[in-house]
Amino acid sequence: MAKEKFEDALEKLEDIVRKMEAGDMPLSDALKSFEEGIKLIRFCSAKLDETQRRVEQLLGNEDSLKVKSFQEEDSDGN
Amino acid sequence: MKEILTVSQLNENIKYVLEETFGFVWVEGEVSNLRRPQSGHVYFTLKDDKSQIRAVYFRKYGSPKNRPADFELEEGSSVLCRARLSVYPPRGDYQLIIESVEPRGVGALQKAFEQLKAKLSAEGLFDGQYKKELPFIPKRIGVITSPTGSVIRDILNITKRRFPATDILIAPVKVQGSDAASEIIQALSNLHTNGSVDVIIIARGGGSLEDMAPFNDESLARKIFSSAIPIISAVGHETDFTICDFVADLRAPTPSAAAELVVPERIELLNKINNLKKRAVAGYGRYMADRKKCLAGLQQRFKDPRRLLIDLQIHLDDLQQRMHRNMRHQKQYLAGKLQKLELSLKHQSPAKQVQEIRILLNNLQKDTLTCWRSYWAAHYERLQKNAAVLTSLGPLAVLQRGYSITRKLPSGEIVRHAGTLKTNDEVNIQLAKGNFHARIEKIYEG
Repeated sequence: MAKEKFEDALEKLEDIVRKMEAGDMPLSDALKSFEEGIKLIRFCSAKLDETQRRVEQLLGNEDSLKVKSFQEEDSDGN
Repeated sequence: MKEILTVSQLNENIKYVLEETFGFVWVEGEVSNLRRPQSGHVYFTLKDDKSQIRAVYFRKYGSPKNRPADFELEEGSSVLCRARLSVYPPRGDYQLIIESVEPRGVGALQKAFEQLKAKLSAEGLFDGQYKKELPFIPKRIGVITSPTGSVIRDILNITKRRFPATDILIAPVKVQGSDAASEIIQALSNLHTNGSVDVIIIARGGGSLEDMAPFNDESLARKIFSSAIPIISAVGHETDFTICDFVADLRAPTPSAAAELVVPERIELLNKINNLKKRAVAGYGRYMADRKKCLAGLQQRFKDPRRLLIDLQIHLDDLQQRMHRNMRHQKQYLAGKLQKLELSLKHQSPAKQVQEIRILLNNLQKDTLTCWRSYWAAHYERLQKNAAVLTSLGPLAVLQRGYSITRKLPSGEIVRHAGTLKTNDEVNIQLAKGNFHARIEKIYEG
């Protein structure tokens, strides 16, 4: 689950919801699907809940590359 | 005193004068008689409508700075040359040593751009099959652009607004001038080796075709093509295309557009997931409700087997009744049919005909009898009449009138001719009343 890609998870979730809405799966599958759906929702939501980012710049030449923080302008008021 | 020169001296003098006087010149004309020997140098004649001059283009002289990217000379094309005038003493020829050349008319850069575009396109560098797919949510985006100015600011703002969790790694470069292309190429290499980015944006604001020159560089194009990381090109304005745009995995019309293309909108995704969550919960709820309803329905339909037995009994009775009714109907039907047949058979009976024939026969008998009687009566009457006539005509009546009948004896033969008799023949003579014998005495033949 941790390695899962967001869009794959989202696609799987859509698929599960579609099937569930069709309402023609066996009960055990319905339960399983529902549980998996909830897990996928948590996973996707968690992916989206992160709001912090790093803005950096890559400086120097081939031999001595270093990553330095980049001063972001808060032009949009954040 | 006359100064006598050798040919070599004269040519050397001319060479000196010409080269010193003219130095570098700008000259325009039409390329003709183009030749490319093995050496790689290009020989041609530059001409206008009245005059011509030999020209040679030593490739090594044309520095990359002065030579438009991959512009190729073509027979008949109009060119502007920066050249030095030179004399070739062994032949006494003078010619232009071309330093740089660019096309006239279409615009040098434009022509070079078209040529490079056609070349790379033919090589397949723009083919859709080589375009890499962009990550849906990149963890870290590399941005190759100028670290100052509105382009990087727009990209940072928009990516932050759309998807705040994505890291940005800026590879600062010059975006115009002669070093720009090589800096961008280097930045691409750096991002590949040290960036751990999963998508790269190459960005620059709008500008003239000259400003865009670094992004029309062939080496950069090949570098982009060979990149293992997907690249978005966002160079210039919507209407300007660069070679970089064609070869990149995705072309964004502007740097801002690139920022919108590179990350999805978080809010939108959250809404989508919330919506899916609602649907999942509702779908599951409905699913369970449906199953419960279904179960209740089945429960209702699930019956005591004794009730089932009663049902069967009723059913059986019903069937029996229907069977009896059916048989009765069948019987009635058959009886009716029989009756009808009998009746029609009676109609067909010969008894009546026999009766009719009998009557006919009786009538015929009667008729025959009547007929017979009248026939008989008629004949009887006729007979009577005839008998009377017969009587009147009969020998007796004749005899009554006095005639007699003579018969020869013993034969009894009636004698009609005297000649048949002989003397002494005995005859019998019949009279009306009685008879008598006589003997012939004499014959008189008549």
